[in-house]
Amino acid sequence: MTATRFLERLPLYLVGLAVALWTLLPIYHLLLIAVSPPDKAVAGDIIPQTVTLQNFITILGSKHNLVQNFWTQIWNSTLIAVVTALLTLVVGIGANFSISRLRIPGGRLITNIALLTYLIPAAFLAIPMYRTMGQYGFLDSPWSMIFAMVTLASPYAIWVMNQASAKLPVELDEAARIDGATPLQILRFVYLPLMAPTLVAIGIYALLLAWNEYLYAFLMLSTERQLTLAPALGIFLAFDDAPWALMMAAGALYALPPTIVYYMFRRYMVGGLTAGAVKG
Amino acid sequence: MTAVTMDVAAAPPRKRMSEEKFWAIVLIAPYVVVFALFVVYPVLYGFWLGSSANSFKKLFQDPIFVTTLWNTAIFVLVAVNLKMLVALGLSAFFILEYRWVRWLSVIFIIAWAMPSIPTILSVRWMFNPEWGLVNNLLFKWFQIEGPGWLTERHYGLTLAILMHIWKSLPFWTLILVAARLAIPRDLYESADVDGATRWQRFRFITWPAMRAPYMTSVLLSSIWTLGDFNSVYLLTGGGPNDSTQVLATLGVRYLRIDQIDVGMAAVICALPAILPMVFFLMKRLSRVDEQ
Repeated sequence: MTATRFLERLPLYLVGLAVALWTLLPIYHLLLIAVSPPDKAVAGDIIPQTVTLQNFITILGSKHNLVQNFWTQIWNSTLIAVVTALLTLVVGIGANFSISRLRIPGGRLITNIALLTYLIPAAFLAIPMYRTMGQYGFLDSPWSMIFAMVTLASPYAIWVMNQASAKLPVELDEAARIDGATPLQILRFVYLPLMAPTLVAIGIYALLLAWNEYLYAFLMLSTERQLTLAPALGIFLAFDDAPWALMMAAGALYALPPTIVYYMFRRYMVGGLTAGAVKG
Repeated sequence: MTAVTMDVAAAPPRKRMSEEKFWAIVLIAPYVVVFALFVVYPVLYGFWLGSSANSFKKLFQDPIFVTTLWNTAIFVLVAVNLKMLVALGLSAFFILEYRWVRWLSVIFIIAWAMPSIPTILSVRWMFNPEWGLVNNLLFKWFQIEGPGWLTERHYGLTLAILMHIWKSLPFWTLILVAARLAIPRDLYESADVDGATRWQRFRFITWPAMRAPYMTSVLLSSIWTLGDFNSVYLLTGGGPNDSTQVLATLGVRYLRIDQIDVGMAAVICALPAILPMVFFLMKRLSRVDEQ
């Protein structure tokens, strides 16, 4: 590349550099503290002088009272995320098939109500939801989180699935019907295979929503062995002399699975969903 | 004769219709149950909790409520507009067809892909006045005693806004990239032939095509920003002395001091601001839905 071309593109490179620094700084800092010795989380260096995996060993071996339930909490997070994803799919498929393929009367209204629920910020529903879960007797059990997350995820699921299923030709259903297929057979053999990509997207969306949720988990779960990882990380903040190196290492371990899942399914995630709607 | 054949032909579909109706109701039932138990009931319960005159009286007499309203207005106005303007600019950068730009966009999305708690806590520690990296480096390099970033209202609120932008900027940039890519290339080609300047290209081609998606994004982003609990709560905890609370965190604050009804009254007060945006968005988004 010639010098003039480099100079021409220099502003572009500077933008790129700024974007990279801005994006990576908090993540780099997270990892920097995570690999520093437990007693030396006072950060004075951009490049660490000693790198240690001691924090990770402490966490994975549950050898500190703040991380003694780490594996139980990973299991709670996983269980809640997976069951939320499955239930969201059941609720979403049922509702969408009923609205868009079986044309239930009032389907339009149900779609609008779902959209309305999706648009109201979840933080404003958190307190009444928390009290309601108490009345239903679900507090401090995984079910409180599962039901809350399904409630938050299914309106979006229905909305996205309505858009996707609108693109499926009705002729397919009619042909199957003429061949004598029952609604359930149409669901199983026509609808589900064609909707598979959208269903993957919705499943992953619900999975990540539940794994990442802090506020609801923090309100509804209280015993340490019932917590998911998100509020368990928040507990560190209650201590003045919080072991920050340990907390950053735990944070890195907590962030790793959803980030990998996101990148694996990246194609399904940002492209199709909201972009399609906003673009119009 | 004709009547008889028509009856024969019409009978099976009518029977099929009722079977379809049966399954339509069975399949919609789970959503209706979830909606009734976990949306309708909590919302009604919330209204019932917050709608007594006494709750509103307590709320309006609480000086923190006024501070919170100001904070929320600043948070939403600054965060949304700054974020969307930067996203609009960056969307021009990310449609460039260089390989390194593609790779950068993969890295760029990580802020959105990761759960927000670890990075917020990381930033919180970075700006810790005594032990954090920022103040340590300020002292080491410039012998400056850095401020108490998270223990002063203006710094705290600013950092919460930046945190929010850090998290959501990639998402909105990608949305606007999608909108930009939908603009037909040949419009720009003919503009080049006519010798249009960069500004003219933006003013007469890009912006007219981007205006609608940009406005929809601003609205949607305003609502989501209004509901951002994590960026404030995990960074400043609403402190010092509740001076950085926003509406999204205020409910938890009142819950802590056992005044849940006042918290609900605060949410009810926010509804006149939220609902017009929600209805406008519903109109826009369901128009897309029908296409």
